[in-house]
Amino acid sequence: MDLKKLKQRGEYEWELPLAGRMRVPGIIYASRELVAAMDEKVAEQVANVAALPGIVAASYAMPDAHWGYGFPIGGVAAFDAAEGGVVSAGGVGFDISCGVRTLLTGLQADDIESAKPRLADVLFARIPAGVGSTGALRLDARGMDAMLKGGARWAVQEGYGSAADLERIEERGCVAGADPGAVSAQAKKRQRDEMGTLGSGNHYLEVQAVAEIFDAAAARAYGLAVGDVVVSIHCGSRGLGHQIGTDYLREMVVAAPAAGIALPDRELACAPLQSALGQRYLGAMRAGINCALANRQILTHLARAAFVEVFPGIRMPLLYDVSHNTCKEETHPVDGQKRRLFVHRKGATRAFGPGHAELPAEYARVGQPVLIGGSMGTASWVLAGSAGIEERAFGSACHGAGRAMSRHEATRRWHGRSVVDDLAARGILIRSPSLRGVAEEAPFAYKDVGAVVASSDHAGLARRVARLAPLVCVKG
Amino acid sequence: MNWETFPHEADVGVRGTGDTLAEAFAGAATALTAVICDPAKVGAGETARIECAAPDDELLLVDWLNALIYEMATRHLLFSRFNVAISGHRLSATVRGEPVDVERHQPAAEIKGATFCELVVRQEPDGRWLAQCVVDV
Repeated sequence: MDLKKLKQRGEYEWELPLAGRMRVPGIIYASRELVAAMDEKVAEQVANVAALPGIVAASYAMPDAHWGYGFPIGGVAAFDAAEGGVVSAGGVGFDISCGVRTLLTGLQADDIESAKPRLADVLFARIPAGVGSTGALRLDARGMDAMLKGGARWAVQEGYGSAADLERIEERGCVAGADPGAVSAQAKKRQRDEMGTLGSGNHYLEVQAVAEIFDAAAARAYGLAVGDVVVSIHCGSRGLGHQIGTDYLREMVVAAPAAGIALPDRELACAPLQSALGQRYLGAMRAGINCALANRQILTHLARAAFVEVFPGIRMPLLYDVSHNTCKEETHPVDGQKRRLFVHRKGATRAFGPGHAELPAEYARVGQPVLIGGSMGTASWVLAGSAGIEERAFGSACHGAGRAMSRHEATRRWHGRSVVDDLAARGILIRSPSLRGVAEEAPFAYKDVGAVVASSDHAGLARRVARLAPLVCVKG
Repeated sequence: MNWETFPHEADVGVRGTGDTLAEAFAGAATALTAVICDPAKVGAGETARIECAAPDDELLLVDWLNALIYEMATRHLLFSRFNVAISGHRLSATVRGEPVDVERHQPAAEIKGATFCELVVRQEPDGRWLAQCVVDV
């Protein structure tokens, strides 16, 4: 990105000044190097989001922002319903509530070294992963609606995990206001055999070891110490969420002119919050969030069962569960006044700071865990929401590294088999149904996540707590 | 009919070209399969009928690709042959394919949906048709 079009407001804060149809400025949180490396499309997309009706304060981009569709991936924007604000199906995206959860194991990396191959095989056998994979659970119409209303809370009632898990999930595992009636029959059919499946692409289940601690107090609160083994699961709302995105994106594109909305980009399809379509989408999108939470809860149950098979008697409490692609109604201070806003996070993580009322008591002093996914060979990170973050980007931080090259380029450069062999030589065991999938997700196809989390830390979004190194990865 | 995928920073684009709009749409559909696996490895034993209508041809392309994505997701199929007819922003097609065989197809990624990003349907100055958009994987 051409830095000349930006005004530097701090070492890690850059303003895209008002221009054209922008109603608010854009703000990018990142180091000079990361901003310079961003595609020009990111600035264009930040400016397009800034032109949407009812946007409040600024159109934000996180340190990992990259060219998305409509919103940049790593984009955050909040809207006020009373000021004609909108909800955007494009601003949430297809993979509603795609997110990461991390489980503690109580094991040390040394404990599992000899059992690693068996653990990898058992996880791969028990976790449905990849194109066309199906889960064991089939929901009838009533069960589907109960799941869409209940989220992870429903899953716990059905025997997947325990009530203690719910305390460590955003919204205690169930977002209110879900409307299964606003979810199409097609979306429900697409989910019919996909409950408890990982999906494909960049979705994975990874066994990791804590390699380095950066913030001792937060690490203690989160139960992390160097050498500890943890498990991270990255996946979303599966076919149901994808179809909700598809359905409402189209409906909002068609309805926008009649609602008086001139879309700078059709992918920004949106509807006024105070409209029947806007409300219907919110109901469906919240059902999608609950589907993602239920799905990760079932996968957690499967992962625990796999670990128990290899390490009998093991307990695996949840550290936390975060969602990336959402629109949530939240209260935030704006110019000294508390306002009720609809915050879109597209490829961005909620990152509430210390003392926030949403946090479980045990995390209240250190801030919300922010779980940053890796890419098989590279590190994952645990961050903590920074103090004062609500004044910046509505309490949001980065979500991952972002791709450094296209899937096509990755398969041209690497073969899946050599990626698997090279990682095995480094002690990282990969299990995947597709070698081409592994090649497309090769670690070097992603940017340096270390630079992204460092920027997040320095910009005052989320501070570094722990770096996690991969041991085993089940890739969809 | 010609087809190709094209790079997008996070995802991938699908593009079809042809002497007619229908050929370009068939090409984009072949590119859609290519995002998942090599289309040449996909058989043609199963059939599906697809009908769509839209206010314009660009929306029609999105509808067409999303209909294929839906059929693939709910029937666990991959498609390789596309017999497409388009008239006045209405499409009807017979498509053929086969069930996903993970060993043989090595499917890289499922497709979540067709986006409006880089969405173009137009007749070029040389008379050929182009149909393209980015899909989310």
